[in-house]
Amino acid sequence: MGTLEVRNLVKDFRVGHGFRRSRLRAVDDVSFTLEAGKTVALVGESGSGKSTVARTLARLETPTSGEILLDGRPVSGSRTAMRAYRHDVQMVFQDPFASLNPFHTVAHHLERPLELHGVARGRGAVAEQVAGLLERVSLTPADVYAAKRPHEMSGGQRQRVAIARALAPGARFLVADEPVSMLDVSIRLGVLNLLACLQREENLGVLYITHDLATARHFSDEILVMYRGQVVERGPSDQVILDPQHAYTKTLLAAAPDPARHGRLRDEVRAELAGERA
Amino acid sequence: MAEYRILPPRSEKLLAGLFITGGIVLFAVVAPFLVQDPRFSGNDAFLPPSADHLLGTTKLGYDVLAQLAHGARGSLLVGLAAAAIAIALSLIFGIFAGYAGGWTDEVLTMVTNIMLVIPGLPLVMVIAVYAQSRSLWLVAFILGITGWAGSAVVLRSQARSLRSRDYVEASQVAGERTWRILLVEILPNLLPLLAAQFLFAVVFAILGEAGLSFIGLGPNGSITWGTMITEAYGGNAMSAGAWWWFVPPGLLIAVFGAGLSLVNFSIDEVVNPKLRVVAETGDRRRAPEAAAPAAAPVQPAEPKAEVTA
Repeated sequence: MGTLEVRNLVKDFRVGHGFRRSRLRAVDDVSFTLEAGKTVALVGESGSGKSTVARTLARLETPTSGEILLDGRPVSGSRTAMRAYRHDVQMVFQDPFASLNPFHTVAHHLERPLELHGVARGRGAVAEQVAGLLERVSLTPADVYAAKRPHEMSGGQRQRVAIARALAPGARFLVADEPVSMLDVSIRLGVLNLLACLQREENLGVLYITHDLATARHFSDEILVMYRGQVVERGPSDQVILDPQHAYTKTLLAAAPDPARHGRLRDEVRAELAGERA
Repeated sequence: MAEYRILPPRSEKLLAGLFITGGIVLFAVVAPFLVQDPRFSGNDAFLPPSADHLLGTTKLGYDVLAQLAHGARGSLLVGLAAAAIAIALSLIFGIFAGYAGGWTDEVLTMVTNIMLVIPGLPLVMVIAVYAQSRSLWLVAFILGITGWAGSAVVLRSQARSLRSRDYVEASQVAGERTWRILLVEILPNLLPLLAAQFLFAVVFAILGEAGLSFIGLGPNGSITWGTMITEAYGGNAMSAGAWWWFVPPGLLIAVFGAGLSLVNFSIDEVVNPKLRVVAETGDRRRAPEAAAPAAAPVQPAEPKAEVTA
């Protein structure tokens, strides 16, 4: 059972130039633990620091202070340590229209992480793995999709490719930064169900970042509510949604249009999940 | 623009441009084998165009068509070589500056800006004066190292925008090395832009060579369109009424420049509509410029709708 732990994470950004320079604290003393097989949802409005947490976990930003511990061990900045870390922790970006290189085929996007992390060696083995990954994200026939370029696919299909890319190194932890917010409503559920399914199959630890309380509740075990860089409320999903303590959480909940529909949506989601499991 | 492509769409502009440039390149490659020695002075001087000498002869009895054919070779070689050097330099200064950011960016951009504000031709003249014997390649080198700054600025801003693209960050997360990100992820998306910059650099170098030759700082001992015009000027072709001596090289320079520009316009049509498409749909998180155009039209019609319900 692995863990990915964030301890007292602080991230400052410098804004402005010269004498007008000031500091913006995007993430302020955030701590949480991702466990294998569990989903933690990070909820908050735009600018609350959710994405910065994601980017720091993906090592796209260096934390100003605080630690990231993988299986209890801090991660050093050396290239080999970084590569080992990235072997275990991968990220799915928000915008599937921007996260795939328009110049390259789907196969390229999946081959590179496979090769970089030594998952498969030799052309045949890599192609086999690529096909396997595409099948796992339900893009079949795999050889057809492998040859496609991003512009030939829909948003949902692209996001599936992005998920496959994140799985390619054999990651144990997945940071999903608003993975469905750029997608059409009708296909969001499919992508989320795919993530939930993979999570169960691979026993992944998932950090699900979203501003959507409904899906946060249904897909995660624990919810952290972020506001202005701080975690203002945390707890088991149902507890946070049904019995919010912090004023900001209450405001967020009140902003969701029709509370009566929560139950119906949950039932739909559960029914679909049950169908997929069967 | 539903698809990503490097090749420009087929248009009249592109076809005309390719026809013109293709014809002149073909002329430069093939014609020198079919004409007499451009330095053969046994012909009569100042012969007007005739069946024997299709474009007449010069004051020294050289065949103008022969000179034109060899001059085409010289001019194109200077143009290509200078453009290659200029593009290589602008890639180094532009892309490294744009991708690296920080101090590297500051220093490289400062050098670029200095090159940009130094007036081009005077600098070229100063450098050219120092070299007593100037080969074709030296002239190309001089034009190359003075003509890269403009495209470096363009490439830098484009590389800066590509650097923060999600797919570049995604390959960082995948563990890709920097040089591979530059060469494999970023550079291919700069190709349309690079092609356009290259073609303009060719035009710039051919014009620059003609200018240098005209003021007597061109390549010694080689024939180019520029040296032909200089010799025509020095040989009083104007007052002798020998239009067939200076009109053909001048015309070819102009037409070749126009042809390459036409090709460039159609490359622009690849680069620019993407901006328009993005503005219309307006549902991207970042406004992608030239390179991440992809499937804007196939995006869902209402991507901002929420599932909160």
